[in-house]
Amino acid sequence: MMQIFDYGYLSQLISILMPGTADTIFMVSISSLFAISIGLGLGVVLYITQPGGVCEITLLNKILGTIVNIGRSIPFVIIIIAVFPLSRFIVGTSIGRTAAIVPLTIAAIPFVARLVEANLNELGQGIVEAAVSAGATPMQIIFRVLLPESASSLVSSFTLTIISLIGYSAMAGTIGGGGLGDVALRHGYQRFRTDILILTVLILVILVQFIQIVGQIISKRLDKR
Amino acid sequence: MLSIRNLDKIYINRNTKFQALKNVSVDIEDGEIFGFIGLSGAGKTSLARCISMLEKVDGGKIILNSADITKIKGSELRDVRKKIGLVFQQFNLLMNSTVFDNIAFPLKIAKKPKNFIENRVAELLELVGLTDKKDSYPSKLSGGQKQRVGIARALAAEPEMVICDEATSALDPETTRSILELIKSINKQTGVTFIVITHEMDVIKELCHSVAIMEGGEIIEQGKVIDLMVSPKSSAARQFFSKSLTFDMTSHLTELPKDGKILKATFMGDSALKPFIMQVIRNFEIELSILSGGIESVGGTMVGELILKISGNAEALASSIQYLKDLGVGIEVIYDANL
Repeated sequence: MMQIFDYGYLSQLISILMPGTADTIFMVSISSLFAISIGLGLGVVLYITQPGGVCEITLLNKILGTIVNIGRSIPFVIIIIAVFPLSRFIVGTSIGRTAAIVPLTIAAIPFVARLVEANLNELGQGIVEAAVSAGATPMQIIFRVLLPESASSLVSSFTLTIISLIGYSAMAGTIGGGGLGDVALRHGYQRFRTDILILTVLILVILVQFIQIVGQIISKRLDKR
Repeated sequence: MLSIRNLDKIYINRNTKFQALKNVSVDIEDGEIFGFIGLSGAGKTSLARCISMLEKVDGGKIILNSADITKIKGSELRDVRKKIGLVFQQFNLLMNSTVFDNIAFPLKIAKKPKNFIENRVAELLELVGLTDKKDSYPSKLSGGQKQRVGIARALAAEPEMVICDEATSALDPETTRSILELIKSINKQTGVTFIVITHEMDVIKELCHSVAIMEGGEIIEQGKVIDLMVSPKSSAARQFFSKSLTFDMTSHLTELPKDGKILKATFMGDSALKPFIMQVIRNFEIELSILSGGIESVGGTMVGELILKISGNAEALASSIQYLKDLGVGIEVIYDANL
């Protein structure tokens, strides 16, 4: 216990944990940003092109649906390895925190898309029909009805996505992605530093808690029903 | 005017076909309140969805202002939709938008200027009596208030026609009455045509000028409400209207009379006010007693029904019935002791 107040020990802990935390936050925020924007778009397309939808294109719906299902069924570790060449092509490297963004984003897009599709389906047909009968275009229906009406549940879904990405980022870290997962593995596990192992878990718990609470507050604010 | 000609609608579910509308033809005049009544599954909601172009038709025409709206697509279709307002049973309001934004929705869709929207919505809020709820969210409103918002939204883009699909079916009787009053006064003030879909006879009687009775996807009978009430031709019409009028033979007679006849006399408008019973007793050698009766207002016209027992010699009975008919009273012999 004396060690905790030792300046040298503290600065060592900080020098190990700070960059790891920063890397995790970096990876998660950038991949969340991309996954949420692309996944939201894909989810909306899945919703409007389904049979009976505002913009019914059954074939496109089936193709996209199949791609999303395939994406969701591949284990994340396999995605990381499989997209090494793609990472090198997009961000110029296949290791490190920047490279990890590519598999994280790719893994999260189908997840977000299905959540968005489910959120939109929950709205029910009636409200869409009311908009259609008022003469709204598909674009007006998306931006004036679907997104505002589902805003609250969408925020919940995005919160869930970000939290899942924190978990995935730890996994990406263990195979060269950097971040807290990397710290836990290299310092905590391989060098038998149980204190560092516990601290990384603690930081991850705090991150998850923080995002969950912020997400819930925003979601509640947006819900007027 | 809206003319529907030989409309067919078929739903195909896997291998089973269901014909929801069969050869439906009807004319709806500008400015009238036209009711469609039928039991569930009769096809009335399918018809409403076809008229509002939420469903494609499988045959026939829907002619609005001399253009067949079943043939058009894209932006032209959206323009026609703006001319037809829709009021839903489940309201279908935007729950995350205020009352103001809900009513403004069709105007924003039509890209009207902000000033115009504010004035028009204020006008509509006044019309439906919700001015003080302007900034409330629908979750804070009662069912009746939600439907008032629904009606205001349907009227926002100044449509030529508003379709109310079971608009009062989710409301209690008191609220239903106030919504019907509102629709009636809007129709009078603005001259907008209303198409009212319902399974409740009271709604038709209270509100509509004309009515079509539907059964199994077909229109069984149509005409002015008064005419159908007084002299229904189809059994479906008789069923609907008999429920609403008062006579129930078994509850009024413990045993059937051994002589004479039991008549159902239906009278309306002017004849309702004439003392025809007095006249018939004075002029003919008959005995007359009233078994039951009632009078009510249908769309502002008085309609009455009396169940009379008359007895006397055959000749006097025949001529007194003829006399009543000549006075404009509808006579139906519902029991004859000699038969």
